[in-house]
Amino acid sequence: MTRTIIGFVLVGLALLALAFMPTQLGAYGVGLLLGMTGYVTLASAWALFSGPTRYISLATVAFFGIGAYTVAVLSEAMPYPLVLVTAGLIGLGVALVVGLATLRLAGVYFVIFSFGLAELVRQLVTWYEVNVTGTLGRYIFLPISATEIYWQLLGLAAITLLIGWWISRSRIGLALKVIGDDETVAAHTGIDISRVKLALFAISATIITLVGAIQAPRWTYIEPAIVFNPTVSFLTVIMALLGGANRLWGPMLGAIPLFLLFEWLSANFPNHYSIILGLMFIAIVFIVPRGVVALAEDLFKRARRKEAAQ
Amino acid sequence: MLLTALISGLVLGGTYALVAMGLTLQYGISRIMNLAYGEITIFAAFSAFILFSTFGINPLLGMAIVLPGAFVFGYLIYGVMMQPLVSRSSRTGSLEVDSILATFGLLFVIQGVMLITFGSNYTSYNYLNFGVNVLGANIAANRLLAFALAIVIGGVLFLVLTRTRWGTTIRAIAVAPASAPLVGINVNRTARFAFALGTMLAASGGVMVSMYQTFNASMGVVFTMKALVIVIMGGLGNLMGALVAGLLLGLVETFVATYVDPGLTLASTYLIFLVVLLWKPAGLFGKAAGR
Repeated sequence: MTRTIIGFVLVGLALLALAFMPTQLGAYGVGLLLGMTGYVTLASAWALFSGPTRYISLATVAFFGIGAYTVAVLSEAMPYPLVLVTAGLIGLGVALVVGLATLRLAGVYFVIFSFGLAELVRQLVTWYEVNVTGTLGRYIFLPISATEIYWQLLGLAAITLLIGWWISRSRIGLALKVIGDDETVAAHTGIDISRVKLALFAISATIITLVGAIQAPRWTYIEPAIVFNPTVSFLTVIMALLGGANRLWGPMLGAIPLFLLFEWLSANFPNHYSIILGLMFIAIVFIVPRGVVALAEDLFKRARRKEAAQ
Repeated sequence: MLLTALISGLVLGGTYALVAMGLTLQYGISRIMNLAYGEITIFAAFSAFILFSTFGINPLLGMAIVLPGAFVFGYLIYGVMMQPLVSRSSRTGSLEVDSILATFGLLFVIQGVMLITFGSNYTSYNYLNFGVNVLGANIAANRLLAFALAIVIGGVLFLVLTRTRWGTTIRAIAVAPASAPLVGINVNRTARFAFALGTMLAASGGVMVSMYQTFNASMGVVFTMKALVIVIMGGLGNLMGALVAGLLLGLVETFVATYVDPGLTLASTYLIFLVVLLWKPAGLFGKAAGR
């Protein structure tokens, strides 16, 4: 118990320190910090669902884009907090529809559905904008500074990690672990597989939608090709995998170095960006399939066993 | 109008069916869920374009160059990338997840190579671009040629798989991968061959697409998606199912594009997919429960 309290105090202090960071950094530093926090949240939210269930969701950008677009459409019609709530609700609704249709079935159907979902939503939004409203791009004029966006993202990241921590200690977390290990066994021990999976997917998708909504004012100008960029889905998966989707801090540990690396890559090798990304992804799947955190734990255990043997 | 739509739909469906047959070979027999599948199709389309516009080789002859190339590529990719995953999965049982992730990476690599080599513009070329009167409907000759090719390639493949000893070997693996070695089938070698064959079919679909459609470097995802939907509709590993489902999807798309709105074709694909998932998850022709 004392260890938990100490942990919370430490995390709280770290959060406070992070919240003060923008006062010490220039505009570029704040932008970097903002993007990093965004991806830490995305990767952690992704891992909430895909980590324990091993259902690879490739639809991150579909929800991210829905969030951003909702803000673009509603920012002048509603007060900002209400816009965020609406965006979250729309993301939740889409997640429930997708989840209800696919999560009762084997994992592969879900992967396939999520694989094309971003493209589908992008085409539908484009079609709607061209045919109904008659414009493709939209402007967002919200008086929200980069620092304020960063604070919101920081809060959301903290909430995501808190949810992850809470789930891992609750019955639902135990149920998820059983589902990930063996679905048949899970069904026989009386776990309502579909409902657990659906609930997790809905939570994860809502957080991802909110990340998109919160980051939207950064762009000023938005069009479907920008906010539904498949690279976002790709980065989220690779970050969570590198750190380890099964550990609470894994996605974060993967997101921070990879985000900095990708920033550097996109500045220095803009043309070869996606090739390098793809090769790195393949390398991670081959070399650290369970993430660096799990790998480090294994090495640590082995070292201790050796010590004990001596 | 109706007849034109019907025939164009069948032509499009023919290409889809062929592409989906390749995917069903890869997933049904090699057990590799290949998300980079559509990139192969688009790469072949660009290759046919280069051969035609730069070297003046017509797409029919071009196929003789592109298809063996695709086969070799598939053979190498399976050996280098998939083989280690397959042997690893005998311990962890995670081939499906691993192959999805690895080919997701491959997707970005191939797409990146295409963006650098060919640029991001829409591309097309003029080959046999004149109208032919079919039962009163005016159809472009290149579309008819593509349809004929799809029938020939699909038909040969179907006969080989159902009538020859070698085809029976392949289907045996699809039905019972664990029992196939008991009757002396080299699962590994056959899976590799099936994967390469699937890559070749993806490329043949690409050459056909290039004859009658504009394409660009980032369209691969859409082809993968459609092929996946067709495979699920037809039932995993079911060639006949892929054929029928492919034609059906081509018809539906063309009718939606003609009578509703061309911007909603992918949405219609998704709608069909949803209906099939909710109504018959094992596919229209599938018997067993979905894997």
